[in-house]
Amino acid sequence: MRLNFSRRRFSQLLIASTVLSSLEELSPRIMKKALAETKDKQSGAVSSPHAYDLSINVNGKQHKLKIDSRVTLLDFLRENLNLTGTKKGCDLGQCGACTVHVNGRRIKSCLTLAVMHDGDQVTSIEGIASGDDLHPMQEAFIKHDGFQCGFCTPGQIMSAVALLKEPCGASDDDVRECMSGNLCRCGAYPNILAAIQEVRKGGKH
Amino acid sequence: MSTKPQGGNSVVGKPIDRVDGKLKVTGQAKYSADISLPNMAYAAVVQSTISAGKITAIDTAEAEKVAGVLAVLTHQNAPRLKKSDNDQNNVPILQDNIIRFAGQNIAVVVADTFEIATHAADLVKVTYAPSKSPNTNPDPLSNTLFEQMQKSPGQSRGDFVAGMKNAAVKIEATYTTPTETHNPMEPFATVAHWEGDKLTVYETTQGVFPSKKSISEMAGIPANNITVITHFLGGGFGCKLSVWSHAIMAVLAAKQVKRPVKLVLKRTQMYGPVGFRPKTFQQITLGATKQGKLTAMKHLSVNETSLFRQFTEYCTEPTNVMYACPNVTTAIKQAAINIGSPTWMRAPGDAPGSFALESAMDELAYALGIDPIELRVKNFADKDPESGKPWSSNSLLECYKVGAQRFGWAKRSPAIKSMKRGKMQVGLGVAAATHPTYRSEAGAIASISSDGTATIKSGTQDIGTGTYTIMAQVAADILGLPINKIKVELGDTRFPQTPLSGGSQTAASVGSAVTAAAKKLLDALFDLAIGDEKSPLQKSEKKDLEFRNGVLTKKGSKSSEKIGDLLKRNNMPKLEVTAKSTPPKDDKYAKRSFGVQFAEVEVEPDLGRVHVTRMLGAYAAGKILNEKTARSQMLGGMIWGMGMTLFEETLMDHKLGRIVNNDFAEYHIPVHADMPSFDVIFIPEEDPHVNPVGAKGVGELAINGAAAAIANAIYHATGKRLRHIPITLDQLF
Ligand code: FES
Ligand code: FES
Repeated sequence: MRLNFSRRRFSQLLIASTVLSSLEELSPRIMKKALAETKDKQSGAVSSPHAYDLSINVNGKQHKLKIDSRVTLLDFLRENLNLTGTKKGCDLGQCGACTVHVNGRRIKSCLTLAVMHDGDQVTSIEGIASGDDLHPMQEAFIKHDGFQCGFCTPGQIMSAVALLKEPCGASDDDVRECMSGNLCRCGAYPNILAAIQEVRKGGKH
Repeated sequence: MSTKPQGGNSVVGKPIDRVDGKLKVTGQAKYSADISLPNMAYAAVVQSTISAGKITAIDTAEAEKVAGVLAVLTHQNAPRLKKSDNDQNNVPILQDNIIRFAGQNIAVVVADTFEIATHAADLVKVTYAPSKSPNTNPDPLSNTLFEQMQKSPGQSRGDFVAGMKNAAVKIEATYTTPTETHNPMEPFATVAHWEGDKLTVYETTQGVFPSKKSISEMAGIPANNITVITHFLGGGFGCKLSVWSHAIMAVLAAKQVKRPVKLVLKRTQMYGPVGFRPKTFQQITLGATKQGKLTAMKHLSVNETSLFRQFTEYCTEPTNVMYACPNVTTAIKQAAINIGSPTWMRAPGDAPGSFALESAMDELAYALGIDPIELRVKNFADKDPESGKPWSSNSLLECYKVGAQRFGWAKRSPAIKSMKRGKMQVGLGVAAATHPTYRSEAGAIASISSDGTATIKSGTQDIGTGTYTIMAQVAADILGLPINKIKVELGDTRFPQTPLSGGSQTAASVGSAVTAAAKKLLDALFDLAIGDEKSPLQKSEKKDLEFRNGVLTKKGSKSSEKIGDLLKRNNMPKLEVTAKSTPPKDDKYAKRSFGVQFAEVEVEPDLGRVHVTRMLGAYAAGKILNEKTARSQMLGGMIWGMGMTLFEETLMDHKLGRIVNNDFAEYHIPVHADMPSFDVIFIPEEDPHVNPVGAKGVGELAINGAAAAIANAIYHATGKRLRHIPITLDQLF
């Protein structure tokens, strides 16, 4: 995890500009936030933390916006960008359903704030296929029925894809160990293992 | 018309890939919490931190001051609701100041964003007057209840006392199973959307229709005004069979703020107010002849429950039906304490009940010096011992045979502590499994359009078991179409009525409805052609007609017509029928699935660590509609059995009456690293009596007996008979 905390940003966080540049991409949520803060000033109510500049690349697309500093990377993807493929299973870093890649490495997106990823490249489950061509890992999950309900699946696949580039040993037990941060209550584990090992052996990635 | 596929290329039974697989691997499958509506607000609930007492003050001022907060609902300002007679799960929702369990939902905050709602929920100040004597420990109560049951046993067949007199060998033991929490990976979520007086609820439910009824009764909204939608469910395992208080709070909140509201429970908020498997205490007495014939069985069970719902965990069910014993007595009582309501959890009653029964059978086998499989075979029930009815089919004996062979049971040396692998103590265990086959009335719409694509619509929801896929397979076979020409739409109360997805009944119930609808569609199609003067098939005999790959043909003739031509000529963009399938009332047969679970463990002698190294299940569950998805369900069930035996336990701090391990870091479910190697065998069964699709349901069978098989293997490895699960290091050390 990297924390890009420049002085300027920090003071922004404190002063909190509610002036929003028209050039910036605004989600409806940020608009609401801005309105809320205007109301805030008028009423003199207790102030919530403020909007914060964020420039982030998600699945190859650059986004520039202001965001509440409390928004996790997971909620940013889900609620601001409507990329709901990434799931929230616990919001505590305990289940792996929210796994995404940040600058090529897998992380649990519920454990990190969106504002900590200024300038980062994020890949979510929506970003690993090329058009209609599924990633080999996605194909293998379908073939081996590496899921039932499918809720843990985006996280499992993102972990599995990252694992391909990690120094994870060759054996089934090695893979099980490397994948143990991703829980599956349906118990698709044996099929997930089969899918991963097939892709690793096939070398098609 | 037969149910045989018209084209001869049956897809039913084939291990085909899930039809919704692509949606799931690309993140496009929309679960309830993925729904986003314009102008949607977010809700967060506040839960009680005491287990019994009263709220004396609830101060929402600070929460309300936060910019972006739209409303805070508590018992002080929530709309008055009439308590629904059918809702036993919940205490009155935001109606009074009484606390009956820790984790009771006592307020809901609605705000512009999730972050604001969450923050503001933390600012709600609750002052309590805790009750002096909350009772959160069912243990002492269970002793009293057992005494009562011993005096006046409940359900019986034959004469237990006489049966015991004829017994040469007796086993008597008490088994306990813990409180367990379902923990589907998908947290509960409700998105409530009012448009005038019409309400749409995107709900995490295993039953859109029962949810609609419950929401109507609980929130006082006419059922006709409610639509419930669940396109995808991230697992339920029983806890999502009911509507719980938070869903009603979301509905009320949305009405209040006049915006759509999304409410998602936190993982930590799902221990208590949304059900769990209750802790059970079970006493089993078995009597048998020297040869191993059971002469008498008694099974008494106590389960914890809440103060407001008499929930029964039917642990004695397997004992009533599993073996051919003439004298059987069973009884169940509940110990009511200050906890949330328990509910059904994967194989309710059967999973904990089979742990006790199948452990006791293993004890009996050792006491008699008979092989555990042989003992079970000797007591095989060749008809339903309860009703005396014949089984619609029962391949249990085949399961023992094939399973034992594949598992290498013959290589097991019978004595305890007699097998080693390096330093490890090795043990092999076995247990039998059974599950009732349920079926309810269900409906489906089948239609076909001029491009030759068929659509099936049915209210039922796919809870992860593969309903989308197997319904497509059933329809494809009957309509003679390739599976990619079948579209299946589910999970919506605007479609025909279906039962909840519980009791492993969906394949049988909805499968029968889809069968009926598809056949009716075919019938209507033939009628159309026969009555159409311009059709080359006009005036044909219906029995001579066939429909395959979108073309109608007549046996023994060259006449044929494409579906598109027939429909277009009749100015019909599509042909659509609705059908219903109702199970017969008086059934001549007893219907159950059966199976045998095998487990191998290695136990570290120095540390007492248990490694399950192999699990094998041999199952007979009627026709397996899709071998791939069914196998996945069996694997899941066995893994659940493993979690139940070794890890899972919801722990209560009896002083505070609060659950202490309310997240995945502390409540352990099996993970990748725990996995042994698995083998799943389906014994082929053609059962013409069970239901029109011939399927018996598989989801719950696979957990039954699994815990006993592992515990029995641990006994074989170590000589330690452990009657309390989860079996942890301290018990083995
Ligand atoms: S949601 Fe992030 S680890 Fe569970
Ligand atoms: S597929 Fe359901 S949790 Fe993994």
